[in-house]
Parts: sequence; C-alpha cells; structure tokens
Amino acid sequence: MPLTRRNLLDLDDFQRDEISLILDTSVSMTEILSRQIPRVPTLRGTTIANLFYEASTRTRVSFELAARALGADVVNVTASGSSVEKGESLVDTLRTVQALGVDVVVMRHHDAGAPYLAASILDCPVINAGDGWHAHPSQALLDLYTVRSHLGDLAGLKLVIVGDIMHSRVARSNIWGFARMGARITLCGPPQLVPRELTQLPGTDGVIQMEPDFDLAVEDADVVMVLRIQQERMDGVHLPDLREYATLYALTEDRLARARPGALVMHPGPMNQGVEISAAIAYGPNSVVEEQVTNGVAIRMASVYLLVGGGEEAGANGD
Amino acid sequence: MAIRDVLIRSGRVIDPAANRDEIADLLIRAGKIEAVGDSLGTPNGAEIIDAAGQVVAPGLVDPHCHLRQPGFEYKETIGSGSLAAAAGGYTTICSMANTEPVADARAVIETILEVAERDAVIRVLPLASVTVGMQGRQLVQMGELSDAGAIGFSDDGIPLSSTHTMRTALEYATRFGHPVANHAEDAELIAGAAMHEGLTSARLGLPAAPRQAEEIMIGRDVLLSELTGGSYYALHLSSGGSVELIRRAKERGAPVRAEVTPHHLTLTDAIVGGRNEPDAAHLQPYDADTKVNPPLREQSDLDLLREGLASGVIDCVGSDHAPHARHEKEVEYAQAASGFSCFETAFATMLSLVHDGVLDLPTLIERMTTAPCRVYGLPYGSLSNGVEADIVIFDPDLEWTVDREQFLSKGKNTPYHGLPMKGCVTRTIFGGVTVFDLAAAAAPISGSVGD
Repeated sequence: MPLTRRNLLDLDDFQRDEISLILDTSVSMTEILSRQIPRVPTLRGTTIANLFYEASTRTRVSFELAARALGADVVNVTASGSSVEKGESLVDTLRTVQALGVDVVVMRHHDAGAPYLAASILDCPVINAGDGWHAHPSQALLDLYTVRSHLGDLAGLKLVIVGDIMHSRVARSNIWGFARMGARITLCGPPQLVPRELTQLPGTDGVIQMEPDFDLAVEDADVVMVLRIQQERMDGVHLPDLREYATLYALTEDRLARARPGALVMHPGPMNQGVEISAAIAYGPNSVVEEQVTNGVAIRMASVYLLVGGGEEAGANGD
Repeated sequence: MAIRDVLIRSGRVIDPAANRDEIADLLIRAGKIEAVGDSLGTPNGAEIIDAAGQVVAPGLVDPHCHLRQPGFEYKETIGSGSLAAAAGGYTTICSMANTEPVADARAVIETILEVAERDAVIRVLPLASVTVGMQGRQLVQMGELSDAGAIGFSDDGIPLSSTHTMRTALEYATRFGHPVANHAEDAELIAGAAMHEGLTSARLGLPAAPRQAEEIMIGRDVLLSELTGGSYYALHLSSGGSVELIRRAKERGAPVRAEVTPHHLTLTDAIVGGRNEPDAAHLQPYDADTKVNPPLREQSDLDLLREGLASGVIDCVGSDHAPHARHEKEVEYAQAASGFSCFETAFATMLSLVHDGVLDLPTLIERMTTAPCRVYGLPYGSLSNGVEADIVIFDPDLEWTVDREQFLSKGKNTPYHGLPMKGCVTRTIFGGVTVFDLAAAAAPISGSVGD
C-alpha cells in the first residue's frame, strides 16, 4: 500500500492505517540500519533539500542520515549563510530551491504554517520538520514508533504530556497521533501554558483531558512525555521562575512512582536536566530518550520513502 | 461640459432619510436630484435608465477605508481605490490616516484632497490621526486639520493605548464637532497575535488574542466618552461582547457610535484553518488572505454582531478596505500584512444578510448611507430634492462569483475569492455622472469627474 498523499505537514488528517503504514515501514528501515553497511540505493538520484530556518541538531542530522541511508543526495540550506540573510522571502527561496532541481523539501521554520505555504508553491513533496508552535509530525511518528516497540498496541494507553503545551509543536502532533491510534491523553502544565481548547479538537471524542496537578495527572500513566521548558518563558509573565516550575512540574522519581510500573519516559530533547526532568530519570531505566533519537532515522527514512512513492517492501527491494 | 440629465425609471427607490421605499422614477438635473415620483416626464436629451426590478438608493457611504496614498501607492492609490469603491456602489469614502507620511498635518490632508479632486471618481473625505505620527502621545493640531478638511480623528491600525491621551482627544475634539475613532484592542493582549484565540488557534499553533482584547478597550473608551461628552466611534467591532458594551453606553447617554465590517459579520476564524470548497473558493490552511485586524472570530460573535446591526446598537457598516500587494500576503502567516480588499465585495456580502433575513433592505441601506453620515456629520446619503445626485442602482438578485483578478482595486487579496454572491451593483452615479456601469465594466471608467 502506498501513501496516497504528497506532503507530510501534520498528523491532524492522518488516518490510523496511514500512521500504521509509516510505522510498519519503519520496521524495515530499522532492519536496514542494523546492517553492517546501513545503506540501500533505493532513492539514488533523488535530491533532498533540508531547509532549516531554525536551529536543530537531532532533526536535521536525522533527516540527513535517513536520506543518505536510502542513497539520496542531501543539500542543507540554513537561514544563516544563505540568501535568507539578505532578506529573500520564503516564497522566493522555495522557488529557487525548486529551480535548482530538488525532489523533496524538508522544512523547519519558526512560523506556524510555513510548510503549508511551501506545499502550495512547490511541485515536490514537503515534509514539515517543525513549524512554530504548530506541528512536528516526524517527531510524533518516532514517538509512536518508540512506544509501540515497547508496549505494543497503542489503543487504550494513557499518555501524559507535561510542560509548556501551548508553545509545543511536539505536543500538538503527538496529541493527533496518539489520539488517532486510540490512546488517552492527559495534558498537564501551568494553566496559562495549556490551551483549554485542545481538549475539544475535532474527532478526538473526549480522549483528551486536562489536569494541571502533575501528581494527579501522572497516575497510572503508561507513557510520560516531558516537554522542554524554554528559557524565554521564564520572563516572570508566563512563569515566575525555574525553581517553582521544577517544584510543580519536574518529573521526579516520586512522581514517576505514581505511574504504571515500567512506564516509559520520553523527551523530545534537548533536555534541561534538573528543571523539567531529574537527572536520574533522564537516563534511568524507564527512559527511552536515546531510543527516540535512534528511531528518528528509521521514521524519516520511511516518511521520505513513502512520500516519493514507494510501497511497503522498501527494505527488501533495496538489496 | 454640462452634465447630462438622467431619468431613472421604475426602480424600487429606497431613501432611508425620507423613509421612502416605493417604485418610482428619479430625475437628475444638472447633477442634482430634481424629483422622485410617479411617471416623471423626460427632459430633452436626458439619459434614460430602466431600473425595473432594481433598487435605486443613495450612493453608499464608507466610513472606514484605507487608500494608501501618499506613501504606499504600490498597494493602492486614491484613484484606483475610488474606482473600486464606485464599483462597490460607494459615492463617498472616508479614508484613514495611516499613510506615509501620516495624515497628521495640514499639508497631508490638503494633498489627499488635491489628489482626490484630480484622480478620484467619487468623494474622498480624509480623517486625520489623533496623535502625531500615530505614535500615541502628542495630540495633532485638531483645529488646523479640521480647517484643512479632516472629518474626524483616528490612529486606526494602531490602538490608542494611552488612556490619558484618549481622554484629552475626546474632550478636545468636541471643540471641532468631530468624532474620535479608535482601533479598540488592548495592545499588550494582542502583542504578536496573528488571529483570534480559540479552538482554531489552539489547533494551528498560531499566536492569538482573545475577544476580550477588544472588549477591554471598548469598555475603557465608552467610559471616557461618557466622562468627557466626546463623540466616540468604535471601529470594526469583532467581538459579540462589544455589542453589549456599546448598548449600555448608549443607554447611559454617552455619544457613542459603532461600526462593523462585512467580513466580521460573515466569516469565522475557522477559515484560517482552511476552507474545503471546490476550485477557486478553496483555501489552504494558513492562507494569509484570512488575516485581518481585528481578527475573524466565532459564530457566536457573528450572531451577536448581526443582532446588533439589525437593532441599531451598531450604527453602520464600514468596509475597512485595506488593500495590500500580493507579496505582502504570500508570506508566513504571522508575518503577513493584515487586511484585504473590501470595496468590491462589501455590499454584496451585506446583501447576503438581507437574503438570509438578518435585516431588511431599507435597514441595510440606512446602515450604509445615513448612519455613516451621522458619524461624521456629513450632508450626504439621501435622495432629497436639490442634493448632489449620488446614487447606487443594484439588482438584489443578480448572481455572480467573486474573482479577485477582476478587482479594480490594486489589492487582489480577499477571503471571498471564488465565492458566489447574490446582489450586484449595476450603476453608480456621482454628482449626476455615471462612475460605474456594470454593462461597461469590461472597460472601466477612468479619469476624473466633470472635466
């Protein structure tokens, strides 16, 4: 079964079988990555442009490794050191990149919706690698993949997302992804950073709850997803200070003990250890933080591969 | 050249100023209204317009638009804006002060009036800013600007945040008989916001501001109006809650008037998330043609605003025509310019509310003619004998589809693109001269009137 869409912009309109297809395809990709020479020629001759308007380590490198593992060529365009610095508009940059002859655009941008503008301009597939506060679909997919590889079926699981939900594209995409796969979701954080309306997203049928008290929210959780708290929110307006935030919302061993035994601890990175997550937990037995990063490569291989028109047996055909 | 006489035959003549709504003829002589009545004779050489099945009304008056000249002629000029307005049925338009330079000095007001005299096909009446450079602090020379021709004062586009400045502006303006109009939004609450705060913004991850940002400012302003006795004009209400604030202020006797735009009456924030319509009416998520200030809100707001307009709590309809160049809209949503072209869709959009039974046609005409004239104390908007013959003729049932490429405005951005409309201006007459004729629309009239 191919993926019958051109772009990966958000998971909000993805059906369950589409998400499953990407996760299943990622299993093949993981197999490829485990080989001695983790590389197939499937996308030889394809050029992927990483267009990053915002700083990124894991996402950009992950997309780059994914492209190379599939035999594709990669060009990296960042805001600094490109014509963006000279004031070139996004649309002009996109048209330029297209004219240079790329086949897929992977885009990270500080403004929500920028990849939609890109998709409306470009003839090639666009993958959203994070836009403003809006979406980060490949992150959500790798999170789903990581949880599924540990806990199996996602239906009925309780996911707690804790932190600055309002400004988090990771949270938004995971809400769509986990809700679509049948999980229950509890959003937890300082009320001023958790938009009430997120519990009413269309098609989520009451599976999204809000609980501002982390001690209560974490009870019986199967998965605790901790978000990075950004320093710029510590301006005294959004939040009083780091210490109070840590007191109320850090994932500590005491809090984790209230979750189900064996609950998974996730973080999209980069982590502020001692602020939103204690050092002992960040790399403790429940943590799958490093696996998330590793799995990101397979998910991005699968995403690129499926968008350029491949079917399910990518890995097998690649030999 | 003498102006040709015109006899408009057998139209439904609606003149709210005279409480008239009847099938009648209307005779224009020497650019002025000569008579309205049954079976009027035809003077020699008069043009005869058959308006059977159509409505004949005073030319529409727009209390709120942006003509962009001087300073932003790439977006619009007084000439191009006036052509677009004429196509929309307007014969008098009131332009806001956020030009470059700002209309805060006699020379700017005089320039606008001179350019209008030369280039505009209809009447252009400028507002001046309230504060120098629209910086929100120092009051403009209201006396000098009134003398130059300013009809009111507004920093529209930027909320007048200083409560003290607003108070003194309202007081001082009473000396000249002009209203102070405010873009009522709390500057801190809207800082960085790109849309209305609600389910759609939560979903799209766009910075957003709640409707209370408007209500807080409206609440402050109407209290200051009551305090000072200064005439206050609330621009482009977008929140349903603002209607109640205006109603209470009026009940308490404050000299307050309010405006609403066609788009705040007919579109919700949901279209920022895209519009699933076929063909041209389709909107992608984050299409900046949906971005406007104040932002599009929710159905509950639309319901209250419609009620407010029908009951008269909201006095009038302003287009807030705010044209931009395409490259200012084809950008990231948060960085896009706010506003869009409205002259050529405003009246048809309002007619949809008549078709839907929200208000009747004479009431709508009143809200778009005599009511805005009352705001600024203008002697227009009626069909009384002897006044300048400013007239719109329209077919309330004629169906058409919005096509931005056909706009006479330089601004080609509109969230109504591709949508069907019912009701169309067929003729606009200014001072007895036809300045828009649908039958000749393929070759729009250009140049000035009367020479």
